[in-house]
Amino acid sequence: MEANPRSTGRLPAAFLTPGSSSFMDFLGEHSPELLPGKRVLPPVQGVFEAPHGTTIVAVSFPGGAVLAGDRRATMGNMIAQRDMEKVFPADEYSAVGIAGTAGLAVEMVKLFQLELEHFEKVEGAQLSLEGKANRLSTMIRSNLGMAMQGLAVVPLFAGWDVDREKGRIFSYDVTGGRSEEQGYAATGSGSIFARGSMKKLYREDLTEEQALTLVVQALYDAADEDSATGGPDVGRRIYPIITVITDEGFRKLTDAESSEIAHAVLERRREQPEGPRASLL
Amino acid sequence: MSTPFYVSPQQAMADRAEYARKGIARGRSLVVMQYADGIVFVGENPSRALHKFSEIYDRIGFAAAGKYNEYENLRIGGVRYADLRGYTYDRDDVTARGLANVYAQTLGTIFSSAGEKPYEVELVVAEVGTSPEGDQIYRLPHDGSIVDEHGSVAVGGNAEQISSFLDQRHRDGMSLAEALKLAVQALSRDTNGGEREIPAERLEVAVLDRTRPQQRKFKRIVGRQLSRLLEASDAASAPTEAPSDEETPDDET
Repeated sequence: MEANPRSTGRLPAAFLTPGSSSFMDFLGEHSPELLPGKRVLPPVQGVFEAPHGTTIVAVSFPGGAVLAGDRRATMGNMIAQRDMEKVFPADEYSAVGIAGTAGLAVEMVKLFQLELEHFEKVEGAQLSLEGKANRLSTMIRSNLGMAMQGLAVVPLFAGWDVDREKGRIFSYDVTGGRSEEQGYAATGSGSIFARGSMKKLYREDLTEEQALTLVVQALYDAADEDSATGGPDVGRRIYPIITVITDEGFRKLTDAESSEIAHAVLERRREQPEGPRASLL
Repeated sequence: MSTPFYVSPQQAMADRAEYARKGIARGRSLVVMQYADGIVFVGENPSRALHKFSEIYDRIGFAAAGKYNEYENLRIGGVRYADLRGYTYDRDDVTARGLANVYAQTLGTIFSSAGEKPYEVELVVAEVGTSPEGDQIYRLPHDGSIVDEHGSVAVGGNAEQISSFLDQRHRDGMSLAEALKLAVQALSRDTNGGEREIPAERLEVAVLDRTRPQQRKFKRIVGRQLSRLLEASDAASAPTEAPSDEETPDDET
């Protein structure tokens, strides 16, 4: 609205028109140029490189869900950033972690957070967890053009379902396809190794502390095999971002808490570098 | 075709103001007041679902008296304005002053455009600061003027009487229970000077609490928490809670 020279300063009609409770719908009508999905990319020749975020893991346990991510962003063979944050609160009862093109992903998260907050303020009630997951799906789909040019964003979404009273995890593919994951999920370049690690370590009756340790183990295994995933950086005191969502809402572990878990894992790995062993049969 | 009667601009404006004021006076009054930890909104509202108070942004709350559909429209417009501004710039760049200005322009344009019916609403936009000195309360009457208020403000039917009652009794650094009690006392006074009881289930209460750890400071006070606060204020007519804020101000409002 700042751009209208004839404006008297009053709210433009679009602001006062009753309609959708969605901020994205409002943006689409009022200032479509601000919507991420509306951009047209010029044709690119050769490899186009932008910082990429890497591995995100999620685990559900009887009292909620844990979502965690490593801190590395890479650009080709270079490390673009050592202390990137890739896991964010989406609202009070959910969190989103992102892998893929860092700049676009952060913008998508910002818009997603706003979408949920806007709905909550306008309607006076929160969206259901399914509703939130579906909104995220729509946003990924609107980025499909970019994704096909190599600028994909693939998030992982975890939240506490207030109606069903349990933690749930949703994973996405690049076209916006959404699937609910039972137990654990991973996305990003190190996800194959993280998933293998979690597959062997996951149990249905994990406590919250065990779930927190499990995600750090999975990220460690991912960093062990995948050069684009960063392990705990003891020298610089950079540890994974770990978040928990329970019926009390979203909580991000403090640096001290995540460093404690990371150190416990590192300490054990000193004796057993491959990590905990699952039984053969 | 007949020549229309000449109506002087003064008369036309006076008529429109009279019309709007009457509409607002039909609505129940509400009170917005500073307390030690923030700003409290108190009003009588028989509805659980149709709110008079709501959240606009992190530190900004909205209160309105008058016609529901009109202020609801303005409220949603305000949420859209704030969210768009925060998305374009930064969350810190959304201010109550900016929002109050936009509301004033909107109400003013509607009020003075002969083609539009004046809005029968009176708004309050409040922003909680990091300290009581940073709190801002703006009252926006139907004609698009802005009044910068301090301490306490009342809008709606019986606003003048309630305001003067509050002005005499409100002081800085009140606890939430004290402020709530004063607000309920003020709202229970009838136009004819009598008093009536407002039951807790007909009260709508919300706060902008600067001590809330979350980024969003707006919170509704309902159910058990509300009855606990009302009991606390009854039990302790004299303030028992130690004043939680050190800044004991010397100016009485």
